[in-house]
Amino acid sequence: MELLISSGVGVLVASGVYLVLRARTFPVIVGLALLSYAVNLLIFGMGRLVIDRPPILSLHLDAYTDPLPQALVLTAIVIAFGMTALIVVIILRSFLETGSDHVDGDEEGRLTELDERSGR
Amino acid sequence: MQLALIVLLPFVGALLPPLLIRAGRNTCATATFLVTLTALLVLLVQAPAVLGGEILQFRLEWLPLLGLDVNFFLDGYGFLFAGLILFIGLLIIVYARFYLSREDPMGRFMAYLLLFQGAMVGIVLSDNILLLLIFWELTSLSSFLLIGYWNHLPEGRQGARMALIVTGSGGLSMIAGMLLLGQIAGSYDLTVILSQGELVKNSPLYLPMLLLILGGAFTKSAQFPFHFWLPHAMAAPTPVSAYLHSATMVKAGIFLLGRLWPALAGTEEWFYLVATTGLVTMAVAAWIALFKDDLKALLAFSTVSHLGLVTMLFGFGTPFAAMAGVLHIINHATFKCALFMTAGIVDHETHTRDIRRLGGLMMLMPVTGTIAVVAAFSMAGMPPLNGFLSKELMLEAAAHTDWLGSHLVVGILATVAALFSAAYSFRYIFHVFIGRQRDDYPHHPHDPPFGMWAPPAILVLLVVLIGFFPNTIVGPLLAVSAGAVTGGRLPDYSLALWHGITPALLMSLVATVGGALLLWQHRAGLRLRSCFWRPEAKAIFEGLIELVVAWSRAGTTALQNGSLQRYLAITISAAIVIGYTGFLGSSLEPGTRAPLHAPWIAVSTWLVLVVACVAVVVLHRRRLFSLIVVGVLGLIVSLAFLYLSAPDLALTQISVEVVTVILMLLALNFLPKETRPESGPGRRLRDGIIAGLAGLGIAAAMHAVLTRDFSTISDYHLANSKTGGGGTNVVNVILVDFRGFDTYGEIIVLGIAALTIFALLDTALQGACGRRLMAWQADQARSADRHPMMMVVGTRAMLPLALMVGVYIFLRGHNEPGGGFIAGLVVAIALLMQYMASGFAWAQERARVDYHAMIATGVLAAGLTGIAAWFFGWPFLKSTYTYLHVPLIGEVEVASAMGFDLGVFLCVVGSVMLALANLSRIGRIAEHLEVPEGPMDVDPSKLIDPAVVPAAN
Repeated sequence: MELLISSGVGVLVASGVYLVLRARTFPVIVGLALLSYAVNLLIFGMGRLVIDRPPILSLHLDAYTDPLPQALVLTAIVIAFGMTALIVVIILRSFLETGSDHVDGDEEGRLTELDERSGR
Repeated sequence: MQLALIVLLPFVGALLPPLLIRAGRNTCATATFLVTLTALLVLLVQAPAVLGGEILQFRLEWLPLLGLDVNFFLDGYGFLFAGLILFIGLLIIVYARFYLSREDPMGRFMAYLLLFQGAMVGIVLSDNILLLLIFWELTSLSSFLLIGYWNHLPEGRQGARMALIVTGSGGLSMIAGMLLLGQIAGSYDLTVILSQGELVKNSPLYLPMLLLILGGAFTKSAQFPFHFWLPHAMAAPTPVSAYLHSATMVKAGIFLLGRLWPALAGTEEWFYLVATTGLVTMAVAAWIALFKDDLKALLAFSTVSHLGLVTMLFGFGTPFAAMAGVLHIINHATFKCALFMTAGIVDHETHTRDIRRLGGLMMLMPVTGTIAVVAAFSMAGMPPLNGFLSKELMLEAAAHTDWLGSHLVVGILATVAALFSAAYSFRYIFHVFIGRQRDDYPHHPHDPPFGMWAPPAILVLLVVLIGFFPNTIVGPLLAVSAGAVTGGRLPDYSLALWHGITPALLMSLVATVGGALLLWQHRAGLRLRSCFWRPEAKAIFEGLIELVVAWSRAGTTALQNGSLQRYLAITISAAIVIGYTGFLGSSLEPGTRAPLHAPWIAVSTWLVLVVACVAVVVLHRRRLFSLIVVGVLGLIVSLAFLYLSAPDLALTQISVEVVTVILMLLALNFLPKETRPESGPGRRLRDGIIAGLAGLGIAAAMHAVLTRDFSTISDYHLANSKTGGGGTNVVNVILVDFRGFDTYGEIIVLGIAALTIFALLDTALQGACGRRLMAWQADQARSADRHPMMMVVGTRAMLPLALMVGVYIFLRGHNEPGGGFIAGLVVAIALLMQYMASGFAWAQERARVDYHAMIATGVLAAGLTGIAAWFFGWPFLKSTYTYLHVPLIGEVEVASAMGFDLGVFLCVVGSVMLALANLSRIGRIAEHLEVPEGPMDVDPSKLIDPAVVPAAN
């Protein structure tokens, strides 16, 4: 199981990094989403892998998994959503402002797709 | 305490002038004057003790671990300098009041002046050398402000910048030197260091430390070859030049040489470095000064020359020479400050400082002329003035100094320098004040108001009095201050105008007569000068600066070319290198923790994950597809959480996944649906290698962690969750109680992100962005049935149920998986469904909730719950709980943390809805959709054929 989780995180990181290095904004966002999955799993994994021991106090259990990384990751997931939403809106706005969805915000001497489509 | 007061007064007083300038220029100047006067009086109160040989101290611990304490001490040497700084400061304030014109902002000037004054007094009174360094840097900064005071003049700005760069870099060298000195002596307190002279001089670090400290002192005191900044600093208003270059700024370097004299002086290194630099500076600068046509430039180079003289005297390393140096510091301050002031008066009255356009001013401005002539004669070293006294002592010391075995070279060079010095002093007199009166002055001059000539007059009075009665006026002060420099080894000396026929007198005679002859043959001197190579220091300096700028620009553009791809590649590669270095440098033994069995379902889910990842990388150009894959991956991640004992995380992940995908779909609506292939194979290979290495590294590191046991701090949380926090869901209790402050910060961040999104979208309809939006045409076919009846009816029926589920998840969150975060997401999804089913406009019209207010209410509710704990005397956010009996339901536990969780809930709902609703609002406007009349595209009641209706009846 440890091998599965760590290799899974590794695969997520690899594809996330590859996408983050692309030239257009949308793949970068997809890459960021993959990276945030990977990071959340990584932090969660710092509490080690335990099954059937959720940190809900009960009379039937005498041991629990580490609740602290879970609490950290829970807020991290929500914050990651907030940040993703913000970046999505920023790239949308910059695309509408510049007419380009290149990560560097400009493409000289080229009619952009949006301008072509709107017939200008 | 009084010592600290002397330093503090100017700093605190610097607040007054900018405030009082509204009450008029006189009030402003008077306030500044009174501040300085108070500081001077506090200093003078200490005079009896200091002149009696006492050393006063003030100690206050600041950062004792760093060795940085607010320690001041006052001995004769510090007293002399503090007195000069404050006394001349007083005269400068009076002079500046009349010098500055109505257009000059006087409040700013006086404030800068007081800041500078405070920094200078700080230097001379500091006991702790780290504290001294702080004041040292402060003088560089405040002198930058003063030199660049006329910031509309390019010369002012350039001069200020040059001074800052030169003295600032010197300051850096000084910091290193002082740290070394402190290390060697074992203390950062001067009082200790000065008693450790033998230890310091025998240290192997002596030479590097000496070079570094001299780097600071020589740049500050404009010693050759760092002398070039001083003439350019003359772009400052004359009061600034008079203050900085007679008694303060440039004397700081000299001060330090004298201050550290007992600890550093007396070695060969010291002699050859310091004395030679001083000698060369004295001679070269005097030669240059002779040919400067600008009055202030002449005085500037003469200042450099006289600073060289003092440096040389300190460099000789004998108590006699050091005593002569201290005396010359006093004398130079008096006559040079007076000369700068007269130069300012001439400039002020005739509107020029060009010596070639002046001459014969004595008759037109007799008072100024008299002052200038007396001061200049003192500078030339003519009896019976004070300049003569110290020059005689200097020549006496020079005549008895050997340099590399030669008995004559120092004496001869000193005489030559004195000759040049006499020549330019005579030039100041004869080419400006004496001679034929002219009729072509740019402005007809006359004597200035009393306030302007009184300050130099007072100084010139001192020049004369010290010359005639040196022992009465400065004798006791010189004894204690020179005694402090020499560490108590005061030599036998007598201050008198006549010592009989001595070698010094003969040298002096040669210098004076030679100086007069040289001035007489000034034109010949000019021709001689033009034969020499004269490097233009400013051009060299600016060339150097340009070179440095070009280098840094090349370095910056190589790294920062505006390409995010490059930044990310560099950043990630750096992280990879650091990570691998750490990982491979540690022990690579396999971990000992018992591995968890992997059931076949986990293996197959893992396979789906790998395939999905590969698919998204290969097919990432098809954006909609990659978005679907993101959803699949999110699902897998939440399954992993569920399996690995994290039900809260699974719930959160799956609900966040829904809103994330909706959000990205909304954005993708406007973006291109395909990514064009752009990267070449080389780029793709490079990125592939980086990505592969990153993935491999993370996987290896994580595997190493997972297979090792660990210790955790969570036992405390598990043990106290029920008893302290009143909940059995430990994750939720951590969120709302143990680490509630964290969560509080996080919901605020979430709220800010949502508000920023709103701000970005609300203004998107303006400018280029708005034009593109309005011209936008959908690039995908739209469904004819955009609001299908099935979905509308279904979501409408589901809404109360979904809201109920949200409430349930919220309420049980403290004890079972759930809580404010998850409940907020669930409710937000239920509301979003309404938007999706009936369109934004229709749903928005019926939504009577302001999402901004919801975010604010959420943050406030959470905050108030936290504050409520204060009223019970508990810390912020400490929670409590009790049991309530509710009819029919029975015993219900109510925890105060619930109020906090409610805040979280409201903030999450508000943020998600604000972001998504605004994104869909933009979409509706861009598609120019009418607000539909009903919740569905097709009204079922109108589908019924009216003709059939009666039949149905």
